[in-house]
Amino acid sequence: MQNIVTLQIDNHTVEVEKGTTVLEAARQIGVHIPSLCYMNLKDMCITNLPASCRVCVVEVEGRRNLAPACATRCEEGMKVHTSTLRVLNARRTVLELILSDHPHDCLICPKSGNCELQNLAATLKIHEIPFAGARNVLPIETSPSIVRDMSKCIYCRRCEMMCNEVQTVGALAAVNRGFVSTISPAFHENLADSECTFCGQCVAVCPVGALTEVDHTNRLLRDLNNPKKTVIVQTAPAVRAALGEEFGMKPGTSVTGKMVAALRQLGFQKVFDTDFAADLTIMEEGSELLDRLTRYLNGDKEVRLPILTSCCPAWVNFFEHQFPDLLDVPSTARSPQQMFGSIAKTYWAEKMGIPREDLIVVSIMPCLAKKYECAREEFSTNGDPDVNYSISTRELASLIKRANIDFETLPDEEFDQPLGESTGAGVIFGASGGVMEAALRTAYELYTGKTLDKVDFEETRGLQNIKRATIDLNGTKLNIGIAHGLGNARKLLNEIREGKSEFHAIEIMACPGGCIGGGGQPLHHGNSELLKARSRALYEEDKHKPLRKSHENPDIVRLYEEFLGKPLSEKAHHLLHTHYFKK
Amino acid sequence: MSEIKIPQNKIDQLLDICNEHGNQPGELINILHKAQHLFGYLPQEVQRIVARQLGIPVSKVYGVVTFYSFFTMTPKGEHPISVCMGTACYVRGAEKVLDEFRRILGINVGETTPDGKYSLSSLRCVGACGLAPVVLIGEKVYGRVVPGDVEKILKELE
Repeated sequence: MQNIVTLQIDNHTVEVEKGTTVLEAARQIGVHIPSLCYMNLKDMCITNLPASCRVCVVEVEGRRNLAPACATRCEEGMKVHTSTLRVLNARRTVLELILSDHPHDCLICPKSGNCELQNLAATLKIHEIPFAGARNVLPIETSPSIVRDMSKCIYCRRCEMMCNEVQTVGALAAVNRGFVSTISPAFHENLADSECTFCGQCVAVCPVGALTEVDHTNRLLRDLNNPKKTVIVQTAPAVRAALGEEFGMKPGTSVTGKMVAALRQLGFQKVFDTDFAADLTIMEEGSELLDRLTRYLNGDKEVRLPILTSCCPAWVNFFEHQFPDLLDVPSTARSPQQMFGSIAKTYWAEKMGIPREDLIVVSIMPCLAKKYECAREEFSTNGDPDVNYSISTRELASLIKRANIDFETLPDEEFDQPLGESTGAGVIFGASGGVMEAALRTAYELYTGKTLDKVDFEETRGLQNIKRATIDLNGTKLNIGIAHGLGNARKLLNEIREGKSEFHAIEIMACPGGCIGGGGQPLHHGNSELLKARSRALYEEDKHKPLRKSHENPDIVRLYEEFLGKPLSEKAHHLLHTHYFKK
Repeated sequence: MSEIKIPQNKIDQLLDICNEHGNQPGELINILHKAQHLFGYLPQEVQRIVARQLGIPVSKVYGVVTFYSFFTMTPKGEHPISVCMGTACYVRGAEKVLDEFRRILGINVGETTPDGKYSLSSLRCVGACGLAPVVLIGEKVYGRVVPGDVEKILKELE
């Protein structure tokens, strides 16, 4: 076997494929060599390998110098030692040097308890820092979604890799030289003035407290304690598949009922579900797809196909910045978060007799771009936003802990009605391919007038970079594409720009795996097994829902009967659709 | 720094430079060299144009510009002043001369006065060590400069 090499790591004999790094080989046999800068996104075939932190150094027999395990390929007969005295001393010195240029305010750092550097310092039992050198002190910068505290940066460059290689956004780069170098947008601009989409993938992989989210929890606590305000909440589908992880539960544990119970205990007057608005999105976006498709089939040459989904605010920011010539291609449907806010502050508020100014709509989102989205001017009436603010899955977990709620022992509770009623189609919005599958379930039945034998469209599921399928709508062949990660989206957008796109409809989600891998979720650190587990939780929940098609949601049907008329009506256009801006 | 609007003919020349290098991202450094020769410095607008032509993020361009000390984002003054800080000049008091320029002009090394008249930089050895300490203003060399000469030199330039 030419492609297999045999080596020894700490006296274990290991056989690995040629090209495997010492670090990966060691992890395969349970020898966990510590690392900081290294990150391997196996499913996206991208590895962050600057070999810059040197925390993973090991001793290789016959070599004079210690070798970084992350960047050293296994060779036949190699003998590796991962914890000799020499290695431990070197690793300690490396860490002491990193810590000598890092603030020591761990107690009040937003990342405390979830920081790879802090954990490593604890593991290596570092209790003093012998190097009292200069510090790179930089101002803390805030934007609508992301806070950058670059004094805490350890130059692992994972954020730069996510921003450039995975997302191809290019907002972040290494700038300056030597000791004063840092990771920054061009010209040290604020992220808000750069091409940043606020996808938050930089936050999701930052090992330290350099990149964190804008925290709205204190604002929320004040609002919840204001007797003049009615505070209601909507929860995005992906949140229920990951929130449990913050309480030590197994990844992939669905905690919908407990989450509802916790939100009620926190003091929200109504606990509603963004899944309801996801069903509503399907009615509008699905109708728009069928409208464009029908016009196209009738020979209309002007019609813009493929239609692109528009639920993901980071994706919207991306095409506004990078593809301003294609602003008429995406669906005009607002995202579920914004549809919810719009309906809550009109239909529901009128029904309940609550004046708009006394109603506060909060969203719990797996996403940091949602913080930016709800602050967009076009989503407000007389300065009052449809969704007042958005908090992340992580922020919700922190609120639950602060309220002394024992999350694991909570009973399962149900969402409130009517904006809490949802179908399985709404639930799967949280995983890449889910919006397309939900749209297909409805589009098929509305277009053909037939009932689907099987509602599962398995070809839309999974973590492949780009998924393609052809769906037979009673003789009409519908070509669909699904991309997650903005780098994959860019490929499909370039095809459209060049007039080469084979698709009629494309779903795009900015984050790896879709919303389940969002920048507001428990940090995934590039671990795709975590994403797979979360996605399984959503499809499992869908499977057990009594209703699995958006157009069968009785409260959606009622909403159209009582208020909106029909999909794409004038009122629906006014409340549920938007337009895009060149940036 | 206020945004300076670049005239169209200069922009056209910049686009020509990018085209001559095939708009290749790998040619970034060569293009920046020529652009700096053309403009005297590399303002934001120039970097944005280069980024767009090469199809790379402007943050990358900025990263390269800030990495290499040859590139500058500050326009040179009408009278670029360079104080030699080579060994010979240094031991004969160049630092005090530099401090006097700083004091009178109110700018630091690498900066330009707000009226655009003077810019200040330091360099290492111009090969005139016999004249140490040496100050170079434009093409003219001033030798055996003492702090007391600085005011007089600047008066001459007015």
